[in-house]
This record gives sequence, C-alpha cells and structure tokens, in this order.
Amino acid sequence: MGLLDTILGRSKPVKPDLDALFALPSAAVTLEASLGLKPTGVGSVCVKPAEGGGFAGLRDQIDQLLAADNDKYAETKDSFGFSWITRSGSPDDLADLVTDLHAVNSSLADAGFGPALLCTLVVFSDGREPALGLVYLYKRGTWYPFAPTGPDKRDNQRELGVRAALGDDLKIEADLTRWFPVWGAPGL
Amino acid sequence: MATNAGSRRFRSDPGLVARMTFTMFLIGALYVAVIAVLIAAHVNVGFVVVLAAGLLFVQYFFSDKMALFGMGGRIVTPEEAPELHGIVDRLCALADMPKPRVAIADIDMPNAFATGRNPKHAVVCATTGIMRRLDTEELEGVLSHELSHVAHRDVAVMTFASFLGMCAGLITRFTYYSGLFGGFDDRDDRDGGAPAWIVILLVSLLVYLISFLLTRALSRYRELSADRSGALLTGRPSALASALQKVTGDIARIPTRDLRQAEAFNAFYFTPAIANGFSISSLFSTHPSLEKRLAQLAKISVELGQPVA
Repeated sequence: MGLLDTILGRSKPVKPDLDALFALPSAAVTLEASLGLKPTGVGSVCVKPAEGGGFAGLRDQIDQLLAADNDKYAETKDSFGFSWITRSGSPDDLADLVTDLHAVNSSLADAGFGPALLCTLVVFSDGREPALGLVYLYKRGTWYPFAPTGPDKRDNQRELGVRAALGDDLKIEADLTRWFPVWGAPGL
Repeated sequence: MATNAGSRRFRSDPGLVARMTFTMFLIGALYVAVIAVLIAAHVNVGFVVVLAAGLLFVQYFFSDKMALFGMGGRIVTPEEAPELHGIVDRLCALADMPKPRVAIADIDMPNAFATGRNPKHAVVCATTGIMRRLDTEELEGVLSHELSHVAHRDVAVMTFASFLGMCAGLITRFTYYSGLFGGFDDRDDRDGGAPAWIVILLVSLLVYLISFLLTRALSRYRELSADRSGALLTGRPSALASALQKVTGDIARIPTRDLRQAEAFNAFYFTPAIANGFSISSLFSTHPSLEKRLAQLAKISVELGQPVA
C-alpha cells in the first residue's frame, strides 16, 4: 500500500497472479525424481464466496461448466465459510489438471472476483506417508508445501525438504509465517 | 474487461475519501496557524512540544503492549486457538499482509481491537465475549475490520493527528496552573489589556477544542474506511453488519454468562441515550453511529451483488 492509500485509509483489493500455476508440471517432475512424490490427480481452488446475486450467478455458470465434464468436479464448504472447487482426474495428466484449475480461476477473476481467490492446492503422494499438498498463494504468486500428519499437526521437516527440492523450479514463499495450514482440504 | 468488472465491484468511496481529506486538511491548517501565531508572538514552547512528542512516541511505540495490558489480553498460539488463527491466516492471505500476533482477552464484553505501529508489529485481540456471541462469518467480518485498521496504519495516522491537540492540552494545563500561582511576569499588563496568561489559556483552549473535534471526526472516517475495506476483503458486508448489531446493539447488553457469575457486573450495564440525527454526542464520539455504518455496509452489499455481465 502506498503512502497516499495509507493517508486516505483505503486498501485496494489485491489482484491475483494466475499464470504462475503453469510452472507446476515441471516442478512435479523434480518432485518425483527427488522425493518420489507423484500427483494424485486431485487439485482444488479455494475461494471466499461473496454474498449477493453476482457471485451466485457466477457459481451457476461454473457449475454448468463443471457438470459438463463427467462429474470430475465437486464443491465443498469448509468450517471457515470458504468454498473448495475440487477436480479429481487421472493422476498422469497434471498439465490437464492445471489447465482446468486455471480455467476456474480466470472465470472468477474475469467476473471481478479475483480478490476473493485464496489459494490453489494440488495434492501429491508417495504411497507410504500421508498426502502432501502444494499450495499456491495467488496474492503473493508463491508456493509452499503443506504436509498434515493428523488433526492440527503438520510435518515441518518434510515441508522443508520439499522446499529444498523445489527451490529452482517454483517460487517458494520465503516468509515461513505465511505457510498457513489448510487442515481438512480436499484430497489431503 | 476483467479490470473493469473488478474495479466496479471493489471500489473506494470518493465521498468518504473527500470528507476525510478535508478533515485532515483542517488539522494541517490548524497546525500551520498555531505555528504562525507562535512565531509571530515570539513564544517559546519548545518544552511542551518535546514533552508531547515524547508522550506520543511512547504511546505510538508501545501501543500494542499498552492496549493488550489494558484489556488483559494474552497472546495465543495456533494450538490454543485454532479457529481464531485460522480466520486470521485466511484473511491475511486474501489481503496479502503479514500475519499479526493473535491475542484473546478473557472478558465477557463483546469487543475486538487491533493495534501496533505498523503491520509487522501489530496485534489483533478478541475478547471471549465476542467469540461466544458471534458465529465464524461474523467474527471473520470483525477481524477483517480490525486488520484493515492495521493495513491503513491507523495508529500512526491518529497519533500524528492528535499531536497538536496534546500540545494545546498541555499548554492549557501549564498556563492555568502557572497563571493561578502567578508564575508569569505580566509584561502586557502595562497596556491595561488582559494578562498574557489568560490570552494564552484561551487560545490554547480553543486550539485544543478544535483539534479534539477534528481528530474525533477523523477517527469516525477511519472507522468507516475500515468497515468498507473489511467488508470488501471478505465479500460479506452483511456478516459484518450483523456482527455490529450484535456487538453494539441491544443484544450486546444481554450477558451470556451465568447470572450467578455475572451478578457483580450488572451494575455496569447501562442504556445509552439514543440520538436521532445530528447531535452533540455524535460530534464527540470516536465511532460513527450504528445506522451510518449499517447504511454503508448495505450499499457495499448492493455493489458486490451486481450480476456478472
């Protein structure tokens, strides 16, 4: 926020950065090579639904778009009132998943609800340990790993390992205080 | 197209910005006038300025600790208060701001506050009373209002704005006592006019009064701004409106604690006089009236609800 905005007491809603999502497929290759983590084919977009007819109308449009696609999509609401639009598809085609998630994001952003986008989550698993999520923060344009091990517990060591492995492929969020947990997110 | 729709939906209020700018201009003009008068009158008020600056600096620098201490707030970890932390986490990610420390005060009075000299040293505190009364969405609305105060750096702005008033208040008090006890040598008495200390007393009293009214007006505009930014951040102005009604309306005075425990506090519940329209109490208050805040939120709700083109 600039000085003028501070003086005038107005904060502009932050615009999301959508394009960095496409860096994920190459990072997934690194993740599989170094840590044996493979995508599970589940990815989701988390959004804060605004009140009123505008958002409701948009949601209908998205629902129609999603329903046309063989029930790959589901929508859940979490305890904080955020909506998770989840797409579960084939684990092999990560590029396809990213394209679909981007489509959901851009339709929200085009309708003026970009500031309502919280994060995108793509789930990875190595088949032994609990699933791990890569979370993309729209407002920062950065990624961070989230490895829940139980209710309200996360494996920080594993997360730091993922950060070390992906440092060259993805822009990892440098400020660790912003790696906020998303307990109970779909696919985790 | 995208930016058009976006800016239509999340817009700032030019009228509010204009009123706030005008108030700040008046505060600035008062500063200039006072300094000009002081220079013209060859008055040395260095001591008072340094004292006021020192007091305000302490207030500014330790605002977070003082407010927490005053409310009996305690910093809580994510394990202790997962729901509160979860709400703050998500709001900070939406607004792209650093996460403030989170505190809880064990008071039944429904209230919340945020303070700190900048977003990095901020603390946001909710009372157990407000957490008991509000549901998650309403609590989120209140917290986004408080986080907007942090983002707008309201502690810094209000500290600067109240500097002159503090100086004038100090001068008034000093002059009053030193005049009372004959501390001034009354050089001007030879002309037969009023003693100098009475003039200084009256002028500083006037400056204090004007500056007091202006900072109160500014404070109300900052509250409205925080309401607006907070409602736009969550996209749910109605949740904030319902929280405001619960917290400031009649419902807030109904205790949620067991009567046997709360009995000792019952003496402190009182009904404030309900003012219709413009009144003296609305000039003096730091917060805008409930009707004004609800009206603004209703307007934002209409703006947000515009159908997608």
